[in-house]
Amino acid sequence: MSDTAAIGVRPLADTAALHHPRGGEGSDPGRNHSDPAPLNPGPLLEAQGLVKHFPLKGGLIRSPGAVRAVDAVSFSLYPGEILGIVGESGCGKSTTARLLMNLIVPTAGTVRFDGRIAGSRELPLRAFRRQVQMVFQDSYASLNPRLTVEESIAFAPTVHGMASDEAVRRARSLLDRVGLEPARFAGRYPHELSGGQRQRVNIARALALQPRVLILDEAVSALDKSIEAQVLNLLLDLKDELGLSYIFISHDLEVVRFVATRVLVMYLGRIAEVGPTEALYTGSRHPYTTALLRSMLSMDPDRRTESAPVAGDPPNPINPPSGCRFHTRCAFAEGVCSAVDPALAPVETGHAAACHMAIASSGHSKADARAA
Amino acid sequence: MSADHTPILEIENLDVTFTGGAKPVRAVAGVSLSLCRGETIALLGESGSGKSVTLRSILRLHPERRTRMSGRIAVVGTDIMTLKGGALSAFRGKTVSMIFQEPALALDPVYTVGTQIVEALRKHDSLTKPAARKRALELFERVRIPSAERRLDAYPHEMSGGMRQRAMIALALACQPQILLADEPTTALDATVQVQILLLLRELQRELGLSVIFVTHDIGVAVEVADRVAVMYAGRIVEIGPVREVIRSPRHPYTIGLLSTRAHGGRLSGKRLPAIAGSPPDLAHLPLGCAFQPRCALAVAACGAAVPDPVPLRPGHLARCFRTDATAREEGPDASTVD
Repeated sequence: MSDTAAIGVRPLADTAALHHPRGGEGSDPGRNHSDPAPLNPGPLLEAQGLVKHFPLKGGLIRSPGAVRAVDAVSFSLYPGEILGIVGESGCGKSTTARLLMNLIVPTAGTVRFDGRIAGSRELPLRAFRRQVQMVFQDSYASLNPRLTVEESIAFAPTVHGMASDEAVRRARSLLDRVGLEPARFAGRYPHELSGGQRQRVNIARALALQPRVLILDEAVSALDKSIEAQVLNLLLDLKDELGLSYIFISHDLEVVRFVATRVLVMYLGRIAEVGPTEALYTGSRHPYTTALLRSMLSMDPDRRTESAPVAGDPPNPINPPSGCRFHTRCAFAEGVCSAVDPALAPVETGHAAACHMAIASSGHSKADARAA
Repeated sequence: MSADHTPILEIENLDVTFTGGAKPVRAVAGVSLSLCRGETIALLGESGSGKSVTLRSILRLHPERRTRMSGRIAVVGTDIMTLKGGALSAFRGKTVSMIFQEPALALDPVYTVGTQIVEALRKHDSLTKPAARKRALELFERVRIPSAERRLDAYPHEMSGGMRQRAMIALALACQPQILLADEPTTALDATVQVQILLLLRELQRELGLSVIFVTHDIGVAVEVADRVAVMYAGRIVEIGPVREVIRSPRHPYTIGLLSTRAHGGRLSGKRLPAIAGSPPDLAHLPLGCAFQPRCALAVAACGAAVPDPVPLRPGHLARCFRTDATAREEGPDASTVD
């Protein structure tokens, strides 16, 4: 990838022209945090009360219920930020990504970009998707096998009305920018590329419409470690050069710690904790976050893990546990935990946890000591 | 985890070539490895490094008509390469058994897990049905499946991922094998469940005195379970040694690069990750000489001319590299990395 660093390809234009600075009319807890970009107080992308229930089929008289994949999730992405979303399988992180893009229709809730509701008359989906693009985990499945790399990248700009020769020129410069020599790679088909190269193509394609936000859904998870590092470095460079903001979804806590400025932890469709990366990694306030972090392997043969930080598997998101959804696996669970669903409560500036121990006078015996 | 030093499994000069495709692919090229009684070796490598192919060769799981194998594999003195028919079936599961990455695919979906264990037990040990069921129940309790009695009658799809993996471990241990082969058994699991399964495997290894070969791409997992680590690249073991040695003073540039690509938590935050340049070679078109040489910052002319032999460094620590003199001085994870 070093061979292309020298060739400064054109920056994507017009990021400044699009600002709609908004005052912080913060009502949800995700917003009350120290702003990473003080010049630009308004969030770029906002999820407000997102809910997605997938109804289950079958049942003669009444429906047997629903998979509550995402349940009342609100958060914001600020300009220039990398928001990491972590959690185990079934926690709803990928569903959240798809809801943000409106690839699936939410049961409830809205997504705002620059203050305007995506899919409204003010901001039709087509215009919204020029601003927010996504990169998926499976680099092969997300490319059309019958299009060459160059055609894939040029496709969206053509659909959005760009002349085809101009679109091809842009595709080639993007290929160059992601470290694939256009002369060698432009005419290739996806099956002729390695996984790392294909993911570079996917990134180039996502950038073709000059978006301001990329949603990266496990975008580096399928890559080998040595290739993963290359692609992460590329993403960080692109972010700086093009003034992008990322939502970085991953199950790899180590990678998230490395890239993210703020981290959001999900458990069974809910936000368990959100906060600035280092504050969360060094001072987690939700027992689930703590367990997740303690599950990271030490890399030190003399400090092997001696006990499991939490027992059991994550429960089924069909009919999740009552109250706090983590109470079935939590070492600190008390009566209040199975009875009352804890709201996301601020514990420090920009750091919030949905745990009764973090809420003063919640009725949990450890509440006051820890929430103080 | 201490091991006595009689080898229970010896692999000498194993070569595996797949001939099914347009061009023959030499997936394993001259692997030699010996596993001691009670020892756990981790085979560490990225996709296409030959780690799983090596593992599967021990059970002769490759399709015979499309695979050329040469070399010698001996388990407790028996030559595996010449086993045929009934003898091979008796050997699989009884002496050496295996667990896989995806239990949902390894278990039969149309039988309950209990039935599958009972079947394995009765095939190898000629037990009565009730005796086999009793033994299956003990195994389930051993791998800590809660409400074991009820779970025996569950189908694989009715169990969670972690529970299925426990059931597969129970099945693998049913006939009291001496050697357990583990092919990325925790890769598909969530972090909190992975830790539980690693702890279980370590505990079973110790209590049953198993000898284990554990294939993984995750250095962290290797560190948790292994006494020795063998790093594979393009079909060869490029470095092998005691886990502490390999992790703390890696000597092959590839190992050094691999170790440094770990993000190391917050320490590097805001900087660039050290990455190994280039990508793993195509096994059908390997470069001459050392397969890592096109990506290696330390490569010299000799590296492109011949495949380096293993160089002994410290007791039990070997690396296939012409430049071990250069990597010794570095001692840090920097030698082969570009920014």
